[in-house]
Amino acid sequence: MDFFMPSILNWVCYLPLAGFFLILFVPKEKQALVKWIANVTTAAGFLISLPLILSFNDPAYIDKATGFRFVLKAPWIPSIGVQYYIGIDGISMLLTLLTTLLGFIAVLSSWSAITVRIKEYYAFLLLLQVGMIGVFMSLDFFLFYVFWEVMLVPMYFLIGVWGGPRKLYAAIKFFLYTLAGSVLMLLGILALYFYQHSVSGIYSFDVLEMQKLGLPHNLQWWVFLAFFVGFAIKVPMFPFHTWLPDAHVEAPTAGSVILAGVLLKMGTYGFVRFSLPILPEATKEFLPMMMVLCLIGIVYGALVAMVQKDWKSLVAYSSVSHLGFCMLGVFAATPVGLQGGILQMINHGISTGALFLLVGNVYERRHTRMISEYGGLSHHMPVYATIFLIMTLSSIGMPALNGFIGEFMILQGTFAQPDLRLYAGIAVSGIVLGAAYMLWLYQRVMFGPLDKEENKAMKDLNLREIATYVPLIILAFWIGLYPRTFLQYLDQPVNQIVERVRGKAYFQAVQNPVPPAGAVVRSNQH
Amino acid sequence: MVNLIWLIPLLPLLGVLINGGIGLFTNCVLGKKLNKIFAHSVGIGVVALSFLLSAGCFFELLGMSPRLVEVVLFQWIPGGTLSTALGPNPLSVDWSYQLDPLSSVMILVVTGVGLLIHIYSTGYMWDDSGYYRFFTYLNLFMCAMLTLVLAGNFLVMFVGWEGVGLCSYLLIGFYFHKKSAGDAGKKAFIVNRIGDAGFMLGMMLTFVNFGSLDFTDVFSRVAHLPVETGFGILSLITLCLFIGATGKSAQIPLYVWLPDAMEGPTPVSALIHAATMVTAGVYMVTRCNAMFSRAPETMLVVAAVGALTALFAATIGLVQRDIKRVLAYSTVSQLGYMFVALGVGAFTAGIFHLMTHAFFKALLFLGAGSVIHAMHHEQDMLRMGGLSKHLPWTCRTMWMGTLAIAGVPMFSGFFSKDEILWKAFSSGHTLIWAMVWLGAGLTAFYMFRLMFLTFYGEARKDPHGHHHHHPHESPKNMVLPLVVLAVLSVIGGYVGLPAMIGEPLGIANHFEHYLDPVLQLPGEGGHAAPVHGEVAPAPAEAGHGEATKHTAHSAAMEWLITLLSIAMAGTGIYTAYIFYIKNTALPDRLMALWPRTYQLLLEKYRIDELYDALFVNRAKDLGNLLRRFDNVFVDGAVNGTASFTLSTSGLSRLFDKHVVDGLVNLFGIVSLRLSALNRYIQTGLLQRYASAIIFGLLLISIIYAFLS
Repeated sequence: MDFFMPSILNWVCYLPLAGFFLILFVPKEKQALVKWIANVTTAAGFLISLPLILSFNDPAYIDKATGFRFVLKAPWIPSIGVQYYIGIDGISMLLTLLTTLLGFIAVLSSWSAITVRIKEYYAFLLLLQVGMIGVFMSLDFFLFYVFWEVMLVPMYFLIGVWGGPRKLYAAIKFFLYTLAGSVLMLLGILALYFYQHSVSGIYSFDVLEMQKLGLPHNLQWWVFLAFFVGFAIKVPMFPFHTWLPDAHVEAPTAGSVILAGVLLKMGTYGFVRFSLPILPEATKEFLPMMMVLCLIGIVYGALVAMVQKDWKSLVAYSSVSHLGFCMLGVFAATPVGLQGGILQMINHGISTGALFLLVGNVYERRHTRMISEYGGLSHHMPVYATIFLIMTLSSIGMPALNGFIGEFMILQGTFAQPDLRLYAGIAVSGIVLGAAYMLWLYQRVMFGPLDKEENKAMKDLNLREIATYVPLIILAFWIGLYPRTFLQYLDQPVNQIVERVRGKAYFQAVQNPVPPAGAVVRSNQH
Repeated sequence: MVNLIWLIPLLPLLGVLINGGIGLFTNCVLGKKLNKIFAHSVGIGVVALSFLLSAGCFFELLGMSPRLVEVVLFQWIPGGTLSTALGPNPLSVDWSYQLDPLSSVMILVVTGVGLLIHIYSTGYMWDDSGYYRFFTYLNLFMCAMLTLVLAGNFLVMFVGWEGVGLCSYLLIGFYFHKKSAGDAGKKAFIVNRIGDAGFMLGMMLTFVNFGSLDFTDVFSRVAHLPVETGFGILSLITLCLFIGATGKSAQIPLYVWLPDAMEGPTPVSALIHAATMVTAGVYMVTRCNAMFSRAPETMLVVAAVGALTALFAATIGLVQRDIKRVLAYSTVSQLGYMFVALGVGAFTAGIFHLMTHAFFKALLFLGAGSVIHAMHHEQDMLRMGGLSKHLPWTCRTMWMGTLAIAGVPMFSGFFSKDEILWKAFSSGHTLIWAMVWLGAGLTAFYMFRLMFLTFYGEARKDPHGHHHHHPHESPKNMVLPLVVLAVLSVIGGYVGLPAMIGEPLGIANHFEHYLDPVLQLPGEGGHAAPVHGEVAPAPAEAGHGEATKHTAHSAAMEWLITLLSIAMAGTGIYTAYIFYIKNTALPDRLMALWPRTYQLLLEKYRIDELYDALFVNRAKDLGNLLRRFDNVFVDGAVNGTASFTLSTSGLSRLFDKHVVDGLVNLFGIVSLRLSALNRYIQTGLLQRYASAIIFGLLLISIIYAFLS
C-alpha cells in the first residue's frame, strides 16, 4: 500500500482525470462504454476516498507541524514561490467525501437522462470532479485558485450544452458572475502574497503560513472585502444569489446536483478556510453585516421560494435560505456554531442534492418543471413519494434526520453568544418558513387527485434511480441519529478557528465545568 | 425491566420498519397490497408488547426508591464549548430516556389507549386500500409519542415533539386525494411549527442559562432559585415553551389546526387529536413544573389562555353540525381546562384530567366513528337521529363518555374537572374559575345535544329525501374498545378521589401522591424543594402551599364549589333536553331570533379567515413582492451590469472603428492618395521621362538664369 496511502490525495483527486482521458480515447459511438467508464471511475473514486475517513487518525499520515493529514508538498513554480501543496483536515475531508459521493451519484443519475453528446458530457463531469476535489485539498493559494477556475469551465459547458431552453444565458451568467468574484479574490490573494513577502522576505502562497501572519487591520479589512465578494457570489449570499436560480433551472439534473451539493460549498469553505483564520479582526468587524446578510438570505430566500412556480427554482431559492443558515453558524464563530455550519454544508449537499435528483426523475418522465403540471403523484409512485417525503423532512430539519442536527447546532451555537442572540432568535423563523414552502410543494406535487392524463402513465422509480438515493437516505439518518461519526473530525480544526477569531480566553474556563447537579448555583437576579 | 424502557418506543418503530418495508416492497415489486391480517397483526403486536412492557415498568417503578430511572443510549450530540451563564460549558446531549411517575402514567395512557385504537382500526379501516400504510403511520406515531414522554432531555423530547407533528401531518392527510385533507395536514404542520419555534427558543434559552438540556440537571438547578418577581429569565423561558404548548395542544392563538385535523380517519382523531398528541403540551408544562412554578407571570398567562380557550371553544361547539367538529372543539376546550389547572399550579390535577379525558374523549371519538361507519360516512348530525335502536352498544358506551365529560357526579370527568375548578377557585383565580365554570355548563349542553341529535328523535332524511340504508351496529373489534374505554371512563376517576371525599373515607388521593416526587415547586422561602425523584412526602406537602391545606372552612367551600358545578352541569343538560327532546322547534326559533350570533358561532368567529387575511395571504404577497424585487432589482442589477458592459463595449466598438481604426485607415488613405499622385511620375514611358528631364533642365536653367 506504500504506493497508495501516502499519496492517496493524488489518487482521489486525479482518478477522475484518468477516466476523463480514457473517455477521450473512446469513439463516441460506443455510448455504453463511455457510461460504464464514467460510472466505474466515479464509483472507484468514492471507494478510494473512504480511507480518508477510515485512516484519518492514523499517526503515520498526520503532519506533525500543521495537523493536516496525507500532506503532499513539492515545489511547482519556484521562481514565484508556488508549491504543489495539498492536505486535508476534518473539514476538507468531509467535503471531499461529499464530493466523491455526489460525483458518483450525479454520474449514475445521468444514465438515461442525457441523450446527446454523451461522450463530452461524461468527460466534463469527470473533469469537474477533479477541480472540485482539488479545491478542497489545496493548501497553496495559487493551486487553490487554479482548481477554483478549472472547475468553472466544465460547469459552463454542462449548463450551456445540456441545459434547458435558456441555457446559454444561464451558462454565461454563471461563468462571468463567478469569474468576476474570483478576480477580486485573486486580488486579495495577491495582497496577502506581497504582504507576506514584505514581512518575511520570501514569496509564498502557503495558506497555513498566511494564517500566522497577523495582518494589519487596514489590510485585513480590504482583503476581507475582496474575499467576501469572491466567496459570497459562490455561496451565494444575498444579494449575489441571482445566478443560482438561473443556473439551477437550466442545468441538467446532474449539474444541479453538483452545483447545489458541492459548488456552493466552495464559497462557505472559502470563508471557513481563509476569511476567518487569516482575517480574524476583520471577521469580527464585519460580523454584524454578515449576520444581517445571513438573516436576509434565510428569510428572503424562503419567502421567494414559497411563490416560485418552477420546481427547480423553488429548490434553488431554498438553497439560498439554507446556505444562510450555514453562514450564520460559520460566522457565529463558536465551536458549536461552526461545527453546525460545516455539518449543514454536508446536510445541504445530501438533502438538496436528493431534491434535485427527485425533480430530475419526474422531469425525465414528463419534461416539465412546472409545479402546477403535477399533482397526485403519490397514487402511482409510492417509492418516489416515500423518498421525496424523507428528503423534504431532511430539508426542513425534522429531528432524527440530518438537517435538524445542523440547524440546531447553528442556532444554539449562535444563540450562545450574547451579542448574536437576537440574530439567532430571528433565524428561528426560518424553520417555520422552511416547513411552509417545502410542505406546500409536497402537497401540490404529491397530493390531491391524479387528474392530469400525462401524469397517469408515470412509472415509479426503477432500481437504478432508487440506488442513487440509498446512500443519501442512509447518510440522512446516520447524521441525524449519530452525528458523532462525522462531528468528531471537526473538533480540532473548528476549535483552532474559534481560537483565532475569539482568542484563547474563549475556552479558558472549561477546566471549571458547571457545578454538578444539586450543588448551589448562582441565583438568578433579574 | 425498567432498564428496557428504551424498547417501549422502539418496538412500534420495529412495526414501522416491518409494515412499511414489506408493504412498500409488495406494493411496488409484486404489485399487490400487503396482506391485511399480517399488517394489523404486526401493528397491534408491537403496541401490545409496548403496553405490557410499560405496565411491567410501572409496577417495577412502584417498588423503587427513588422512583426514577434514566437510561442513556448513546451520546447524541457531542459537546463543543459554548459560553453560558454558568461559564463556558459543553453542549453535550445524550439520547436518553427517563422513567418517573409522570412518564409512567403517560406511557400507560398512550400505549393503553393506543392499543385499543389499533384494535378498533382493524374494523374501521378494513375496507381502505391504504390499510398497511395506516398501521405504519399509526405505529410511527406511537414511537414518536412514547419518545416524547420518555425523553430524558429537551432535545430528545423535541424529537418526539416534532415526530408526533409529522405523524399527525401524515395521518390528517391520509386521504391525500382530497384537497381538504392535504390542506388540513399542511396547516397542522405549519401551525405546529410556529409553536415549535417557541419551543426551540425556550430550549436554547434554557441551555444558555442553565448549561444543560438534561431534565434532571436543569430542574435541579432551577429548584434552587426563588420564585421570580416580575418578568425574569424563567418567565421568558417558560413563555417560549408555552408557545410550543399552545401549538401542540391547540390553545389560543394556535388552536386553528385541530378542528381541520378532523379530515383524518376517525381512529386518528381519537388517538392523536384527542387522547394523546394534543396533550403533549400539558405534559411538557408539567414536566417543566420547576420552571413554570417559579414564573408567576407565565403561570397567569397559562391559566388565562387556558380559561379563554376553554370557554371560547365551547361556544363554537354549541352550534356545530358535524359530529366530529363538535368533539374537536370540545377537545380544544378540555385542553383549556388542563392548562387552567397548570396555570394555577395544580399540575397533578392537570395530568389527572389529561388521563380521564384520554379515556372519555377517545371513547367519544371512537363512538362517533362507529356512528359514521354505520351511516356510510355521514357526519352531519342533523341527518342522523334515532340511532339508539340500531347502534345499541355504541349508544350505551357513548353515554358513559358523555356523562363523564359533562361532569356528572361519580364519573371520571367529574372528579378531574372538579379538582381543576376547585384549585382555580381556592388559589384565588376567581375570574378564571367563573369562566371555566360557565364552560362546564356549555360542555354539558353540547355533549347532550350531540347525543340527543344522533341517537334520539326521528331518523332525519338526507337532502335528497331518502333515508339511509339500515344502519347497523359495528363489528366486535370496534365495539370491544368502546366497552373497555367506557369502563375506564366510569372508574378512571377513582384513582384520584378529591380530599373532601377521600379523606373522610380514609382513602388517599393516590394519583396526587404518586406524582408528588415529580413536582419541584417552590417551597416556603423558595428553597429546599425536593430533588427530583426523592421520596420526600413532607416537603412535598409543604410544596403545595396554601392550595392543599384542608381546613374545615375550605372543605365547606369545596363542597359549595362542587355543588355549583353540579348545578351548572345540570343546567346544561336540562337545556339540551328542552331544546332537542322536549321542544325541538326551539333551536330554530332562537336561530331566527339571533341570526348573527348563530352565524358567527357557526363560522367559528371567522378566525381562520382572519388569519388568512392577516398572515397567510400577507406572507404570500410578501413572497410575490420579494420575487418581483428579486427579478427587477437584484437580478436587474446583474443584467443591468451586463447590458451596461455590452453598451459601453458598443461605444468602444464605434470608437475603435471610427477613431482608432479610423486613424489607421486615415493614414492608409493619405498614403494611398499620395502614392496615387506619385503614380503619375512612375509611368515607365521613356518619352515622358525624357520630356520631363528636358522640361526639368529647362526649368532649372530658367531659375538659374533668374537667380543669377
